[in-house]
Amino acid sequence: MTDLRTHAEEIHEQFSDELDLTVEDVEKRLETLVEEYKVPMEEARRSVVNHYLEEAGIDREDIARGGNEQVALADIDEPDRWVDVTAKVVELWEPRSDSIDQVGLLGDESGTIKFTKWAKSDLPSMAEGTVYRLGNVVTDEYQGRYSVKLNRTTTIEELDEDLEVGDNEVVVEGALVDIQSGSGLIKRCPEEDCTRVLQNGRCAEHGEVEGEFDLRIKGVVDDGEEVYEVLFDKDGTEELTDISIEEAREMAMDALDTAVVADEMREKTLGRYYRIEGPTFSRYVLADAVEELTEPVDPEAVLIKARSIA
Amino acid sequence: MSVPMREVARRTFAREFNDAHYTFKESDDERAPVYLLLPTGERANRVFVVGTLTETEDVGDESEYWRGRVVDPTGTFFVYAGQYQPEAAGVLRDTEPPAYVAVTGKPRTYETDDGTVNVSLRPESITVVDATTRDRWVVETAERTVERIERFHAGVGEYVAMAKEQYGEDVSDYEETVVTALDGIETEAVAEAD
Repeated sequence: MTDLRTHAEEIHEQFSDELDLTVEDVEKRLETLVEEYKVPMEEARRSVVNHYLEEAGIDREDIARGGNEQVALADIDEPDRWVDVTAKVVELWEPRSDSIDQVGLLGDESGTIKFTKWAKSDLPSMAEGTVYRLGNVVTDEYQGRYSVKLNRTTTIEELDEDLEVGDNEVVVEGALVDIQSGSGLIKRCPEEDCTRVLQNGRCAEHGEVEGEFDLRIKGVVDDGEEVYEVLFDKDGTEELTDISIEEAREMAMDALDTAVVADEMREKTLGRYYRIEGPTFSRYVLADAVEELTEPVDPEAVLIKARSIA
Repeated sequence: MSVPMREVARRTFAREFNDAHYTFKESDDERAPVYLLLPTGERANRVFVVGTLTETEDVGDESEYWRGRVVDPTGTFFVYAGQYQPEAAGVLRDTEPPAYVAVTGKPRTYETDDGTVNVSLRPESITVVDATTRDRWVVETAERTVERIERFHAGVGEYVAMAKEQYGEDVSDYEETVVTALDGIETEAVAEAD
């Protein structure tokens, strides 16, 4: 009941200037839909808001779309919430299924998030690099990563403005405790826009191809409290390991095995402390800047704290 | 979440690590992670230690089974690596003690004939590192230990309650070892500032 009441109060607030209505009126309408007709709260809310919009003669576009909260992308941290976002289409990806009309990456000042637009929703197409106000999208979560789904009720409004997409920049410090498989000297598919990592000389999409060498590390930085999965691209890997791609190729050729490169990288870096800066992308930190922490640490602050509890 | 989160590598001095003997799982699942309960009230499925490798010995019968003693300011970690940890075993075989090493690994407990439980470390990786890395680890481990002791005194968290039940209320040993460990750090930065 308190939930109904809260929603009723919010809707009441929204229309109290235009319409002569009480919170009880609103609550009653919501209650009928939710309790009697078993309509989900968000849908009920939408329906009630629509009713009052019509009654007040207000165009839906003129009001904060059904009372959803306008959220920053980086603040999306729970699934199944109906929200409004204003964001730029940063990237469009190839849909993997016919049920998906468009899929890609949205960005705003706070960061980026994946979006999915279903074919059956029958929505207008969005273009890369354009900013949209998206009303009534639903948040989703998969393996700790959040996304938004556009649906039949979503409104898409193209805005004639640009915005600076934030990159969720973070700084992490800790020990490099693992370098995972798939790291070191790898080969990528040379097909245009593919870049998939080859397994035994085969690309999952294009079959057997003449691969192109690349360096990367999937590492784990751990500070004893948190675990960070860090991706190092070619430049990052060279910076971390002091092994250039040419040297890596020579090592692999001498040993007739690319695995020696990752082994050497492990030996040079595991167990050392690093400061890593870079944007986050889903659960990964993409290492832009890498610095080994070699300066002596001052134990004084911890010592004072230790003495104070003893 | 369907993909299990990677377990954090706890920081603990050898003294506390070797006092621990109680292990548990959070679920009945056969593959559920096993945790070692630290006396200051934290669960550890993985630890990261840096110390001095002082001795190595092949204690295996038929196949190689290497034991390394890794010493920190408070005691000794016993590290065992055999055929299923070939890289780590290789490092123990090839490294000439004394040397500073960093070890990421899993706690293992072993009950002896007289009923006492020994704790050892099964390494996922061992690498040779330098003195500044070792000093950084000592300061970091002191800090993490102090934070745990603070939570212990505040009675915060289910593992604190569990630790009090399994090991008792007295953590003064660990308070002392933290101070001892920090006192032993060569404070070059401080010396220069003076």
